[in-house]
This record gives sequence, C-alpha cells and structure tokens, in this order.
Amino acid sequence: MTRPRLGAPTAPGPVRTLLRSGRRVAELLATPLVPEDYLDLLDPLRSGADLRGRIVEIRPETADAVTVVIRPGRGWLGHVPGQYIRVGIDIDGVRHWRAYSLTHRADGSPAAGIPKDCIAITTKAIPDGKVSTHLVREARAGTLVMLDQATGDFTIPSPAPAKVLFLTAGSGVTPVIGMLRNHLGELADVAQVHCSPTAGDVIFARELEAYAASGRLALSVNLDDEHGVLDLARLDLLVPDWRERETWTCGPTGLLDAAERHWADAGVADRLHTERFRPTVVEPGEGGEITFLTSDVTVDADGSTPILDAGEEAGVLMPSGCRMGICFGCVVTMRQGAVRDLRTGDITLVEPGDELPVQTCVNAVAGSCDIEL
Amino acid sequence: MTLAPERRAISPTEAHHSGAQHASSKPSGINPRLSVTSDTVRPPRPAYKKSGRPNADAHLTPEDIEAIGVELDALRKEVMDSRGARDAAYIRKVIATQRYLEMGSRALLLFSGVKVKGVRPAWWLGTAGLSVAKILENMEIGHNVMHGQWDWMRDPKIHSTAWEWDNASPSSQWKHSHNEIHHTFTNVLGRDNDLGYGILRVDEDQKWNLFFLFQPIWHVGNALLFEYSIAAYDLELGRYVATKKRMSEDEKAKFRSDAKEVVDKIKRQATKDYVVHPVLSAATGSSRTTLTANVVANLVRNVWTNTVIICGHFPPGIATFEKTSIEGETRGEWYVRQMLGSGNISGSKAMHVMTGNLSHQRIRDLMERYDLPYVTGSLGKQAASVYWKVVELSLPNKVEGRRRRDIVRLAAKKAWRKKSLGRF
Ligand SMILES: Cc1cc2nc3c(=O)[nH]c(=O)nc-3n(C[C@H](O)[C@H](O)[C@H](O)COP(=O)(O)OP(=O)(O)OC[C@H]3O[C@@H](n4cnc5c(N)ncnc54)[C@H](O)[C@@H]3O)c2cc1C
Ligand code: FES
Repeated sequence: MTRPRLGAPTAPGPVRTLLRSGRRVAELLATPLVPEDYLDLLDPLRSGADLRGRIVEIRPETADAVTVVIRPGRGWLGHVPGQYIRVGIDIDGVRHWRAYSLTHRADGSPAAGIPKDCIAITTKAIPDGKVSTHLVREARAGTLVMLDQATGDFTIPSPAPAKVLFLTAGSGVTPVIGMLRNHLGELADVAQVHCSPTAGDVIFARELEAYAASGRLALSVNLDDEHGVLDLARLDLLVPDWRERETWTCGPTGLLDAAERHWADAGVADRLHTERFRPTVVEPGEGGEITFLTSDVTVDADGSTPILDAGEEAGVLMPSGCRMGICFGCVVTMRQGAVRDLRTGDITLVEPGDELPVQTCVNAVAGSCDIEL
Repeated sequence: MTLAPERRAISPTEAHHSGAQHASSKPSGINPRLSVTSDTVRPPRPAYKKSGRPNADAHLTPEDIEAIGVELDALRKEVMDSRGARDAAYIRKVIATQRYLEMGSRALLLFSGVKVKGVRPAWWLGTAGLSVAKILENMEIGHNVMHGQWDWMRDPKIHSTAWEWDNASPSSQWKHSHNEIHHTFTNVLGRDNDLGYGILRVDEDQKWNLFFLFQPIWHVGNALLFEYSIAAYDLELGRYVATKKRMSEDEKAKFRSDAKEVVDKIKRQATKDYVVHPVLSAATGSSRTTLTANVVANLVRNVWTNTVIICGHFPPGIATFEKTSIEGETRGEWYVRQMLGSGNISGSKAMHVMTGNLSHQRIRDLMERYDLPYVTGSLGKQAASVYWKVVELSLPNKVEGRRRRDIVRLAAKKAWRKKSLGRF
C-alpha cells in the first residue's frame, strides 16, 4: 500500500510542478526545520518518512529468546527471505542499532501468528548484551523503533536448488526459519541440522518438528548436553549426501569457521553460504588517538575498540549498520593516520593530504587517525 | 555555567576539543584545563583588581581550587551517569510541545485580522503563543541542543551537529562563538566578547570611552534587535570592521563566506515570518495583522533572551578576570571562573524552562562552603540591576581629584577633533 509522496518524481508533468511548488512553500514555512519535522509529530509511520516501526507484540519463544513483531511504516519495501534489517532502539534514552534477520512471510500474509503486514525478528538474549537483553526482558508493545530497508545476500536463488541443507545453531536458526516459512513449498529436498545447548533452548522447536512430521523437512537436532558439541565429521551419518547440497549455515563463529574448513576440505566451498552475526576478530594492536574532525573531538582508544564504538562513546554521531563489516553503512573518510582491520590484522595507512574510506565498525586506531565526522 | 570545558560527555577515555586548544592562550601541548592538578606552581590570586575592587576568589588556596575541581568533576560524572530514558522523554516532549504550540499559534494567526467586539482575539492569542514558542525553541531547546547537551541520545535529529535554530545566527557560527570562545574565556576582559558584546561597558575594569556615554541607547537597541546582534557578534563583524586592513586574503574570504551564510539565514527567516505567513493570511484579510504578530513575537523573543543572558552575566557581583590570570589555567581554576562569572535566576520550574535551565542550584551549596559569592535573584530584580549598571557605567569610574564631568568633556573634545567616538 503506497501513497504518492509530496513531490514524488512519479507524478505526471503539471501535477509534479504543482507538488514541487507546494513542497517549496512548505519548506519556506517550516524553516529552520523541514516540513517532515512537523509531519513526523502527526504520523511517524507515514510513507515518505524515515523508516520507523511500532512494536505490536513481543512473544516469548524460549526462556531467553523472543519474537518481536513490528508494524513497519508505509515506506517499507519488503524483503527476500534470509535477509536482515537494522533496528534502532532507544535504551535508557540512547539509540542503539543492531542487525536482525527477518522471520515473517515476505508476501505479507499471516504465518506463525504474525499478523498481516507486520514484520518479525527473533532475538536471543546474550549475557551483557545491550540490545538483545533489552528486547527480551524490557521492551514493550507500543514502542517506536527506527528501521532500515532489508538487505543481505543470505537468500535462496530462484529457481531453487534441488537439494538443500541448512546447518544452524542457537539464534542462527532465525534467517533459516524465514526461508522455511517462505520457501518450504518450493523446495523438493530439504535437510536441516540444528545445534542447541539443551532441548529447552531450541527456538521454533515445535514449528520445526511439525515441518519434520509432515515429511517436508529432514531434521536432526544436536543437543550439546546429550550428544556433545557437533563434530562436523558426523554429517556423513546425519546427511550422507551433504556434499551435493547447496548449504546455508548460520550460528556462532566456531561453527561457521569449522564449516568453512570442512566444506573447503571436501572441495565444495562454493556450495556453502554463511551468515555471520559477529565479525571474526584477530589479535588487537596498541590503539591510539582518534580525532573526529568535524565534531572536533579527540579520544584515546585501545587497539581492540572499533572506531565506531569509540566515537559513539564520545557522543559523535556515527553512521552504522551491521557492526561487523558487511553492510558498509559505517564507512567514513579517513584523512590521515593508521587503522588496523580487526578481522585480518592488516594495517591501512593514509598519508596527510590523501584520503581513504574506512569501515569504522571493524577498524581500530593504530597509532592515530583523523576521521572526517 | 556549564559543567566542563568540553561540549560533550566523554566518559571512558580522556578526551579534549582541539578547538578549545587552538583558541586557548597556551601555545601548544596538553590543554591544562583537562587536569585539576598542575605541573607548575600556579600564581597566587591577587587580592585586588586594577579598579581597586577585591578579587572574589583571592582567599582560595591551590588545595581549595583542586578540591573544587575534583568535586565538580564528580558532580559532572553524576549528572552524566544519571541521564536516561526520562531525560530523553523530557526533551522530546518539550520539542513536541513547542512544535504544536507554534503550529497552533500560526494557525490562529491566519485569522488574526478578524475582529470580535472590537478586539482581535486571534492576534493576541496567536502572538502570545508564537512568542512563547520562539522563546522555548531558542532557550530550552536550541541553546541546549547546540551545546551538545543531548548528543548522548545519538538521535540524529536532536544533535548539536544537526540542529538549526529559529534565530538569525546560523547554528554553526553560534556554536563556534558560544562553545569555543565564550565558555573558554568566560568573563575574561578583552577575550570574551560576551562581556558587553563589545558595545557595553558592564564592569568597572573595562576601560571607559566616549562611546559608552550613550550605552543606555545601545543597550535597548541591542535588546530589541538581539537576534541580529548575536548574528553580527558570532560573525565577528566588529573585528572585521576594525582589522579589515590587516587581514589576509584567506581571512577575508572566510569572513565573506560566513557573511553570506548569515545573510542567507536571515533571508530565510524573514521570508517565513514576514512574507509567506502574512501572504497565507490574505484569505481572511489578515496579512497586515499576521505581519505585526510576527514582528511582535520576534521582538518579545529578542528582549526575553537578552534579559535572561544579561542576568546570567552582568548583574552586580559577577566577577571578571584579567587575560593573564587564565594562562595555564587548571580545570579547578576554570570551574571557579565559570562559577564566579555566572549569575543565577531564582524562580519557578516554568521560569527555569523558559530560561533554558541556566541556573544550577547544586552549585550554590558548594560556593557557600568555599565562601564564594553566589549571585542570584528574581529575573525582574536582576534585570533592573543590570539596567541600572548600564546607566551607571556609561560614565567613567570615579577618580580621586578629578570630576567625572571633566573626564567626559575632555573625551568629547578629543573625539570632536578626531571625528570619532573612540570606537572602531
Ligand atoms: C546480519 C546479521 C543478522 C543478525 N541476526 C540476528 C538474529 O536474527 N537474531 C539475533 O538474536 N541476533 C542477530 N544478530 C546479532 C545482533 O545484531 C546482535 O549482535 C546481538 O543481538 C547482540 O547484541 P547486543 O546489543 O545484545 O550485544 P552487545 O551489547 O553488542 O554485546 C555484548 C557482548 O556480547 C558479545 N556478542 C555480540 N554479539 C554476539 C553474538 N551474536 N553471539 C555471542 N556474543 C555476542 C559482544 O562481543 C559483547 O562482548 C545478527 C547480526 C548480524 C550482523
Ligand atoms: S556497520 Fe556494517 S560494515 Fe560497518
């Protein structure tokens, strides 16, 4: 349901001119603010507004995981199952952005109790996790959250491959449940291996079991307390033809690293698609001084603190996204200095007078650096 | 006063503003205001100033000053740590209230020309509402947001780098002059332009010249046109006029681009208040009355903001400082200067909101403990005392053996010969 925007380029000629002059008058009236500042008061979810959403329900899934159902603003453009969105939520008055995989049906129809035209994310509380703990324990229906359009390439191509394997662990099941809810009908042969610490921790347990019982999903659940942590060599038993399957895997870093090695060793690395929730970090360096030029702030940061975190802590308005080096939402210009990529340990140097875009979420200062912010 | 030299809350690691540094009187190195202790022995505070008045902080020992620095740093941390959802909800509510009030008032003004039994109710209500909306925007919202007081929320719409206020001065220039110059040089003679905005003599230690003889007129004019004086002052127009001949091409180009920014902002503001809104009111024949309503609201806002600011800086009892006294100043000394250089307004909660919460009751207790004069009073009383001071200091200081009349006459004669008031 999209309504024409003020001054939208799709309107025909004379209407467009009229809309544009209407917008011009509105701007003159609203200065020094913009018309949106007033419209946002009246309807923050209108089309044309910055994308926001209102939490309509928070539903427990396990003891420490919930599904958050959100009614997005009218500017919501939809998603491809497996993709994620960025959610900005105010906790103790401070805005925090995090990425979450979408779990609702892409065609907007109700599924798994998620009402029509709503979107859903599922999160598991991480001990000391700022946003996940807040969503699981404190967030309430009615809260307005900031959103971004869906992105990500952890998706099933069309036409769908004949044989599919999902290898998931913990909250890594979220993008996969999104795919299952949307694509199960199109997939001829689907196997899933899911790992979880205990039976009670399996998110979407009943739904997965129901898919399995109906014969549409070959499910094996590996419970750490019963079977021990999954050794990938056991895949030969659980899913003997795993090498032939197009595989999507999502879970903790340890599992993903092991899977990448295992698939590479079998010579089928190109069959494996991974979704990481966190960056893999190597040894940090010594840190140093970061100067934010426009904000006129200088901070000392250690070698393991991403520039993004150091800037946010100092009150600098940092753009951000996935916070793990995949979306490039955090890229800013570095004027001079040295930074270390926390994933690889590589140092990037910028001589004075040069400039280079850097991803602040996966780079830490190495000595000193000047950031254009 | 503000609680620290930095504009922003920086908790985990030490941070500083390079801006404050290059504007500081120390040539290079670490900003001494970051530390409550000093490597070098700080000079003792002189008991008297040039004008012969006593120095309010002469009795403080270096240990006292260090303790004050530690205590205020702790208070600052307490304030920073206690910020939370309630504060965020508060500023959002103030902003929403201000916007609804402005929209409502402007809507009323569309009918400002309509007479009911001989009066124009929409004009009166609309003008009052618009005046309050503009004051709220400038004082409780704009001033504090541009100060970086709400940056911690990380809301890009309520952030010092994004806010533009309903005033002639562009926020970028206001931020430069207010945060970097004013708070670094609060009440330092010859450094802080706020001290009389360069056109008023508000302290006995400011040198008198003939220009100040007419300062009651300058003062009233300044209050009425306050938003334009702020713009001129943030632009450093006075400095440009005075030192134009000695300026480099780069400095001149910078001034020209700043000036263009101010002119563009004034144009936009004036178009909104004095053209577009009156034209929209034409349908009810209310153009003229909407125009007067906007003029009055801007005047009210100007006089109000001017009054609050002069009460914060110039009432009797507020201290001023010598340029040399702030060289190598420690954080504790900076705090003491901020406290002695700011006045407070006593009054209701609503009064505090309308004055941008510039008062700090918590500071009072500390100042009394250290026997420092805490200057406070109602807005009316403080404003009256400042107006009186403006009249009083329009004349030169009393000097033993000379009549003030003679000093003025001599200055007038000199000015006549030079065809100048001794300014610019
Ligand atoms: C593309 C993408 C999709 C995502 N989808 C989901 C999803 O569907 N559901 C979901 O619950 N999360 C998802 N995440 C992870 C999510 O964005 C947050 O990182 C997670 O909720 C933790 O945030 P937090 O604020 O609670 O923890 P923080 O306060 O940021 O971190 C607290 C501590 O936990 C550690 N930590 C951070 N993330 C993790 C993690 N994932 N596992 C273990 N330790 C961690 C940190 O290093 C830190 O020490 C996704 C991340 C990405 C990049
Ligand atoms: S935040 Fe996504 S790449 Fe940095």
